[in-house]
This record gives sequence, structure tokens and C-alpha cells, in this order.
Amino acid sequence: MTDSSSAPALRKTPLHSWHVGRGARMVAFAGYEMPVLYTSIVAEHQATRQAAGAFDISHMGRLRFEGPRAGQLLDHLLTRRVSDLAVGRFRYSLICNEEGGILDDVLISFLESPSGRQFYLMVVNAGNHAKICRWLTPHAADYPDVHMHDATDSTAMISVQGPHAEAIVAKLFDVHVVRLKYYRGLVTEQMGKACIVSRTGYTGEDGFELIVKADDALRVWENVMLAGRDLGIEPAGLGARDTLRLEAGMPLYGHELSESIDPFSADLGFAVDLAGDRTFIGADALRRLASRPTPQVRVGLTLEGRRPAREGAQVLDTEGRTVGEVTSGTFSPTLQRPIAMAYLARELARPDQIVQVDIRGSRSDARVVELPFYRRPRPSP
Amino acid sequence: MNPEQLKYNPTHEWVSVEQSDGKRVATIGITDFALEQLTDLVYMDLPKVGEEVQQGEAFGEVESVKAVSNLYSPVDGRVIEVHEGIVDNLDQLGQDPYGEGWLIKVELADDATLDHLLDHEAYRKQCSES
Repeated sequence: MTDSSSAPALRKTPLHSWHVGRGARMVAFAGYEMPVLYTSIVAEHQATRQAAGAFDISHMGRLRFEGPRAGQLLDHLLTRRVSDLAVGRFRYSLICNEEGGILDDVLISFLESPSGRQFYLMVVNAGNHAKICRWLTPHAADYPDVHMHDATDSTAMISVQGPHAEAIVAKLFDVHVVRLKYYRGLVTEQMGKACIVSRTGYTGEDGFELIVKADDALRVWENVMLAGRDLGIEPAGLGARDTLRLEAGMPLYGHELSESIDPFSADLGFAVDLAGDRTFIGADALRRLASRPTPQVRVGLTLEGRRPAREGAQVLDTEGRTVGEVTSGTFSPTLQRPIAMAYLARELARPDQIVQVDIRGSRSDARVVELPFYRRPRPSP
Repeated sequence: MNPEQLKYNPTHEWVSVEQSDGKRVATIGITDFALEQLTDLVYMDLPKVGEEVQQGEAFGEVESVKAVSNLYSPVDGRVIEVHEGIVDNLDQLGQDPYGEGWLIKVELADDATLDHLLDHEAYRKQCSES
């Protein structure tokens, strides 16, 4: 039942010792030893929904692209244009293969350092980091003037999420940070430590993500915890991160997304820019896929009772035929009922459609619902 | 019940056996260590009265926000009582796992033994090494 004893090959983030000192339960995740929880997933989830949660997300890959044609290289690799990003803007995008299968979902930003150097930053999933680097390298070779730098090991990444995140950040940074709008960011300092701050996150709450040098990570993290102490901040692990993103209807690579899933089935068509004659890797396949509805589509399900459906559970129609499969499921701390995401036959993918889920041999009724399951009370700033 | 006088499955179920009307009746629950490891329980599935249970075989399951785990019977026998209501009050399980948090009572099969089970000290040792 325990997996706290880790293989020696596991990597550690710069905040590893803090997590261990705090009594976190550490688990292997994407090659890192990461905190899955400190006290309880539900308590950390609720703290994030009601006050603030602090997450170590240093395991995510951080790739920096610099040079006159960096935007062109990225336009070629990504399903959305990013060369038109103004300084300080962030954009969610996908990386697809030639067949239109999803290699990763990423966050791209265009930033300017205080010295005036402009660069793109791409944050990739930890589990896809090595794969994406392998994928990028031959393409980057066609753009010799673009310098690609993997900043993952030399930096750390901290996410502060929740209704009090803004008040916490206000104590740590100057007013420009507090005034950031959603999906914007800047290069600044936290107590003299260089820091990229953005108003982004993966929880459905207002929140900020910070990238700092690895050597500064512990100091900045402690400053965050201190600034949030009177505002109810709690450290939150990967367990709460997963329940929060699931309630927010956000897909997770390896569950909702994979190389055998295309963006339209994943209901991520908004992240594919096929305008005009735009070309990029996978564009031809994606144009074909976009021309007619995909057979299956990602949906949300709410279940009766208290028993969650887990990844791999079959979704059945009222006649007992398999019509889909669950990709993520949990017991929602906010809704107090089981929720799941699933791929479902498109003709059944309409709100209030009743289906059944086979949970280890017994069937539960489930209702198709619009995503997200949870929307925070106040609109985005 | 006093945890020091109970017997344990390596899979974190405890059992207490008492004589009743000439029969041997085992009360079965799960340990505080197991509850601490599971955290955030949301669902529990228990057998019905009359069902047979077998030592080492699953008699139910317990589910947390994160994952589902089987409950393994420490003994052979037949279920004679199920703690009705515990599945709707999993907090109670966490507050008193060795008392009000008991799960099922099993009438032991005639040839059932407890020899394979761990005593408290051996169980604690196993937990501290895991």
C-alpha cells in the first residue's frame, strides 16, 4: 500500500526537502519524487477552493526559445500560431504528430527580460518532457539561428491558486503583478530574486504561477507560505491538483490526451488554428479530421451514489452496449458526488443523456453533463 | 477493543475472535495505519449476511478519492452481521477503527485457524518497515 520508498533514479525538485520535512507522502510521478498529499487530498482541495493552495510543479518541463525565427519554428510545431503573441501573453496549444495525434498540450508565452531580451517559454508535461525534446530537436536543426534551452533543471515552478491567491501575490510583488489579467505574465523579481510570474493555473481558480531559479526556490516558496499564512494557504500535492483539474474539466495528458487522440475528439478544437492556408505539423490530417464530426468526443459524467468510476471503466448504453470509456474519475469534494471524464459516442454526447458505467462488474447510472463540473463564483479578472 | 490484543492480516485488516454460544465469532475491521494510508475515504462495499468469506480473499473494497483497495478476509467463515450504516458514515471508521468502526462479524468455519495472522508487535513492525 505504501510507495514512499523510492527508486534511487527518481529526480527531486529543489523543494523536495521542504515537502519531506512537512511530512508529505511522496510518490513517483513522471520520474520525479513528488508530494501526493501533505494531510489529506480533500483538505488541500478545499483550501485551494476556499483560500489558497501552493503547489510545487517544478517537475513540469520548461523550454526556452530565443532568436529571430523562434516564433516561426514554434508556429511550425504547434497547432496554434504563437508568432503573433504580444509580449506578456500566454497561449494554450497542442503539439500534434503528422497524423493529428496529440503529442502534448503545452502553455506558450512570449516574454521580455528586464535587459530587453525577448524569448518564448514553453511549459510541457513532465511525462512528455523527454519525448518533446526528442521531437523538437530535428525540427530545430532547420532553424539554426533559434537557440533552444531546457531550463527545467536550473529553475523551479510554484503555483499559487485560489480566491486568496491575488492577496498573497500582492504581498510578494509590485502592483504590476497584481494587475495581470488572465493568461498574462511578466519577468520581474521577488525580493531581489529573478522571477517569471503569470496569471495561469490548472485548478479552475484564480491563481499565479512562478518560475524562479532553482537556488532561489526554497526562499520564494517560504515567502509564499509566509505571505499566505493569515490567508489560509496550504501546501497542496498532486492528489489535490488532480481532483481540482478534474472538477475544472481540464484534460490531463496520459488520461484524456494521447497520441491516439486527436484535438477534435478531445473537444480542444479551439486550440487548433487552421485559418487560411496555415501549415504546421499535422495540419493536413487535422483539416481532414475537422471536416466531419469525430465518432467519439470527450464528455463529463456525474454518477449516482458515492462510488467513483475510474480510468478504464466501460461506458454502456441502456441496452448494455459499450459506447465509451472513462479516462479520469474521482469523488468530487466540491460536488460531493462521483465525477468522471470519458470518451463517448458522439450521438450520446448531449447534456442529460443517461448512460451506465461498469465499475468492476456492477453498473452505475451516469448523466452526461457540460464541462466544467465546477466554475468559480467570480469571473476571471 | 485493545489493538494490542488483536490479530492482523499483513494487508491491514484486524480480527478479534470471541466464543459465543459455542461458536467462534470473528469481528473484522481495518487498522488505523491503513486508514492513514488511504485517507479521504468516499466509498465502502461490504458483503451481505450469509455470504462466505475465505482467508486471503477479498470480502469487500474501500475507496478513497485517489484509489480503490480490496478488503481481505483474515479468516474462513460465513458473514453473520454487517455493520449497517458504516458505509454511510466513513468518518466514524476513522475516529474509532478498533471499536465503532468494525466492519463485519464472521462465524468461523470449523477448521479455521488464526495461526497465519500477525500479532500486534509483528504487525507494527511490518508497518514501520513499509
